[in-house]
Amino acid sequence: MALEIGSGLTIGLILGVVIVVAAMLIWVERRLLSFWQERLGPNRVGPFGLLQVVADMIKIFTKEDWVPPFADRLSFVIAPAIIMIVILLSFAVIPFAPNIGVVDSNIGVLFVLAMASLGAYSVMLGGLSSDNKYALLGSLRAAAQMVSYEVFMGISLLGVVALSGSFNLRTIVEAQEGMWFVIPQFVGFVIFLIAGVAESHRLPFDIPEAEQEICAGYHTEYSGMKFGMFFVGEYLGLVLVSSLITVLFFGGWMGPAFLPPIIWFAAKAGVFIAFFILLRAAIPRPRYDQLMSYGWLFLLPLSLLNLLITGVVILST
Amino acid sequence: MTTLFYLAGAIAILSTCAVIVQTNIVHALLYLILSLLSVAVVFYTLGAPFAAVLEAIVYAGAIMVLFLFVIMMLNMGQHTRQQERGWLTARVFIAPAIMAALLLAQLLNVMSQVDYELGLTRVGVLEVSALLFGPYVLAVELASILLLAGLVSAYHLAKK
Repeated sequence: MALEIGSGLTIGLILGVVIVVAAMLIWVERRLLSFWQERLGPNRVGPFGLLQVVADMIKIFTKEDWVPPFADRLSFVIAPAIIMIVILLSFAVIPFAPNIGVVDSNIGVLFVLAMASLGAYSVMLGGLSSDNKYALLGSLRAAAQMVSYEVFMGISLLGVVALSGSFNLRTIVEAQEGMWFVIPQFVGFVIFLIAGVAESHRLPFDIPEAEQEICAGYHTEYSGMKFGMFFVGEYLGLVLVSSLITVLFFGGWMGPAFLPPIIWFAAKAGVFIAFFILLRAAIPRPRYDQLMSYGWLFLLPLSLLNLLITGVVILST
Repeated sequence: MTTLFYLAGAIAILSTCAVIVQTNIVHALLYLILSLLSVAVVFYTLGAPFAAVLEAIVYAGAIMVLFLFVIMMLNMGQHTRQQERGWLTARVFIAPAIMAALLLAQLLNVMSQVDYELGLTRVGVLEVSALLFGPYVLAVELASILLLAGLVSAYHLAKK
């Protein structure tokens, strides 16, 4: 049984694996964090605590699913669904291996950016419909943060697009045959990494949900599976950003032939997932205005300069 | 493709109507986003994937987020819904309906003379860029000057 792009089996496998990986990351993150903080972490349920995720899932599924009477019901219910839908849709254009993927799209990069910009509605609507001052503060922060960092995310990718001459992620991977784009586009890589953390609003950029200041931010009023969708959505975003970095800057599935392409892809993406978790363990959260001025006054000029120099180099060679 | 085109077109029209009659401002905005996204699908089915994805990024993704941001800042409560309901009487629809009907008649008149087949051409990123930086370069530059003026004035107002 051969896997090919766009067959029902491939789509089902990608969907299943991505969601299971995102759920398992809850356990992976807690274990890795505690490893770096010299404690044990969840190790009671099953071997190495592996079944912790199952226990969490049972808890979250059987919890009371409560909609506050003062909330705006329609937007309150669709907000957690939006983040799951847009992130899972983004996985459609990711080329996992030469024969594994959902679609081979000519507008792949733009499609991912479009989905990322739609993802902002999830946190905004969640906070706005909750009718709670902490939730509102959280979603205000989320809106400004996501709209701003989306800009640099897009511009930092343009260098890669210019070098490979295509918006197609599969062509971008194939263009890295001789050299990974991380070497000519190192600045673009760093900006994309920072913007990726901000877009998936993870620590150190989890200002929209900073629990010490504003309870849990935009999902203060959420419980049960609706909260679970925000929670898993965050890990799905982490997997997505790691896969994108792998595809755009680290040659995707390419690697020495002793391992199959999908293993190379998974290994590279896994390194970045671990790196994002390490970032969470190592860096404190900046203040909100610091985050915004850092973005607009430092990252924006830097990404424009990077694009300009890339253009000059391409034209002169 | 044809089915998808008509389906997306129908969703666009219905959701735009819902924007007009909806009294809850957040719901109206959600319908507007839906309308813009279905217009993006219409563009895609007509063979313009680049225009489609830009519609999703710029209109549905960026501009509507700013609209929602402003609504959040204003914090409009229940009383705006009652106000809206008071404004939405049958009488207000008469003049706009006549004007829209005239426009529709003109549009149908023009469209009936054009013979256009679905999926005839495919305008990709390259074609759009070649046009923007070829014959339409002046328009692009003028638009960028307009945006710069807007940016400077917004900065000036915010500084006050």
